[in-house]
Amino acid sequence: MTQKASKKEKIPRQPMPEQAPEVRRRNFEEVPLGYSPETAVKEAQRCLQCKKPACVTGCPVEVDIPGFVGQIAEGHFENAIQTIWGKNSLPAICGRVCPQEIQCEGECILGKKDQPLAIGNLERFVADRAREEVACEFPAKAAPTGKKVAIVGSGPSGLTVAGDLLLKGHEVTLLEAFHKPGGVLVYGIPEFRLPKEIVACEVAGLEKLGLRIECNNVVGRTVSLDELFEDGYDAVYIGVGAGLPKFLNIPGENLIGIYSANEYLTRANLMKAYRFPEYDTPLAKGKNVAVLGAGNVAMDSARTAMRLGAEKVRIVYRRSRDEMPARAAEIHHAEEEGIEFYLLTSPIAFVGDENGRVVQMKCLQMELGEPDESGRRRPVAVEGSEFLLDCDLAVVAVGADANPLLTQSDPEISLNKWGYIIADPKTGKTTKKGVWAGGDIVTGQATVILAMGAGRDAANSIHDYLTIGW
Amino acid sequence: MFKIVKRETMADDTVVLNEIEAPRIAAKARPGQFVILKANETGERIPLTISDLDPERGTITVIYMVVGKSTALFQTLAVGDGYQDVIGPLGKPTDIEKLGKVVCVGGGTGVAVLFPITRGFKEAGNEVISIIGARNKDLLLLEDKMKAASDQLHVCTDDGSYGHKGFVTEVLKDVLDNHKADLVVAIGPVPMMKFVSKLTYEYNVKTLVSLNPIMIDGTGMCGGCRVSVGDETKFACVDGPEFDGHKVDYDGLMQRLNAYAQEEKAAYEQYCRLHQTD
Repeated sequence: MTQKASKKEKIPRQPMPEQAPEVRRRNFEEVPLGYSPETAVKEAQRCLQCKKPACVTGCPVEVDIPGFVGQIAEGHFENAIQTIWGKNSLPAICGRVCPQEIQCEGECILGKKDQPLAIGNLERFVADRAREEVACEFPAKAAPTGKKVAIVGSGPSGLTVAGDLLLKGHEVTLLEAFHKPGGVLVYGIPEFRLPKEIVACEVAGLEKLGLRIECNNVVGRTVSLDELFEDGYDAVYIGVGAGLPKFLNIPGENLIGIYSANEYLTRANLMKAYRFPEYDTPLAKGKNVAVLGAGNVAMDSARTAMRLGAEKVRIVYRRSRDEMPARAAEIHHAEEEGIEFYLLTSPIAFVGDENGRVVQMKCLQMELGEPDESGRRRPVAVEGSEFLLDCDLAVVAVGADANPLLTQSDPEISLNKWGYIIADPKTGKTTKKGVWAGGDIVTGQATVILAMGAGRDAANSIHDYLTIGW
Repeated sequence: MFKIVKRETMADDTVVLNEIEAPRIAAKARPGQFVILKANETGERIPLTISDLDPERGTITVIYMVVGKSTALFQTLAVGDGYQDVIGPLGKPTDIEKLGKVVCVGGGTGVAVLFPITRGFKEAGNEVISIIGARNKDLLLLEDKMKAASDQLHVCTDDGSYGHKGFVTEVLKDVLDNHKADLVVAIGPVPMMKFVSKLTYEYNVKTLVSLNPIMIDGTGMCGGCRVSVGDETKFACVDGPEFDGHKVDYDGLMQRLNAYAQEEKAAYEQYCRLHQTD
């Protein structure tokens, strides 16, 4: 199976087999089907095994990419998963949801002339195989330290901190406000992009390592941070996410049929409203759906609406295609599924009927002007361009702000002017002794892998604190 | 699981009281706060304001009326059964202080929510005049408890089967004509709160209402419970559930409460059909 280096670049990037767009647009099954072992080996053989691998510098948790890819190329899949686990405890999730094109794959040398190595697909392959076919053997746990850590929020950063600290021998309890653990992985990212079974499996793996999980615990309401210390916890990590939906603040936004993306996706994913009435939580089904925003959450919302039977689903975005923040794969998948893009279009009001239900959206056409503070060209309204768009369901997916529920319950936690927690960028230490924070509640809305990176740093710092001191 | 330790039916079996083991919530909750309950794996998250609590027994009490599939499911839970999930305490507690004279107005199951608040104001040293109402005598809730928690209690029924015949607003008008009230607390169906607030606005008496819109998480994350209060959009789950009664957009609130009327009706009918054939 070995090939000469000169021939390696000639293997084309192996495409990911997927459900056909016309089929998947009406079901909630996962879209990509995964590599076969043969395809994975073939793809892995494309790797140039660079001496100074740029891909690793593009990875927020510095996974040894050439290492695990080399092991796949040799057919040593079990070794490959151990290599990944050394840096990343949630590879089945990251392989599916990381924006690889601006991280590892964006740095891949193969990408300069040809298509980059499909690192995400390979990571997913190894992780799925470990889950499905090989008994997961986690790395050994260190001797018990007798120290107790509470983790507030069970999303990607909380799960990372939990995994790391369990392995270092600490007792870890995860406190989750919802009735199921997983945070955004469970309430936010849809089944067709990240099957909930995978998240449940990752969580179950941590439980096998000794993780305790307390759902229905809204820290800040059910218990305070100080009470956690009184209960005997030695350290607390806050990874509660951003969690406050942004609205557009335009007229008519409280009409029936207008959802925040958080509500729309939580109903669909966590509450399984797509299986109503088998599940009791309902969700309005739109014929003409407008999704406002163009990030991953917007794509998830649009594709969910399509799967719930919409006739037309439109992404409405005030900037142009180049500025769309979603992963390339999500935009591509959405387009394949028949989602329409109304770019350079800015909603200015919703119009309702006599029952208070949204029926139309008033929009303005935009054009790109000078760059703004974010470096992106500022959209400017075209005079007299106002038009009406039929829409009986709208999802506002323009980002999230900092949810104040926990942060305002403890004055010792200092916040920045936007309400996010001030934490040391290297360690995650907050201004309250014994309390760390990371993920979206520190950085503002970002990606799963960045939240995990912050969790990794905080876990190291918490371990130092528990074994050496603050 | 959160075990039900006591269950009573009231008002012709359509209203049910559950005392539930939830020690953490019982230790923490204050009058005016609510919990979210979910009966089982496929269940909906239903917010209910806490009607009473016993920190020593570690229990909270909620009272609900059977109006749809989820509450019908709650109704099947017996003593010893439990809710899969109970989350709380959520929302801001009532701002209870000594003001002087407080009028507490409750309608329907709103009386269940009003009771701990009434007791709180009484214990804080206020003179409390309460007015409670229901469609008829059988549907009247917590008369004895409200009597004990108030200096004066007025009762009304729509059909005149007990107490004053007519609406709580008629009795309230009479009370406001004869007393200088410092605060009115009104909890009940949205139209009742709307008309109470309209009346107290004329009398220039500060009025608190407690809202129970549709919500999912109860922590400010979804915005489903948003309501227009004055010029602002508020989230009832974290900014409320109590608001200045003179500023709430009741018509908008009522529309949003009906957002899923069709789906709820279909689910309930299907549920009733299935359980008839059992």
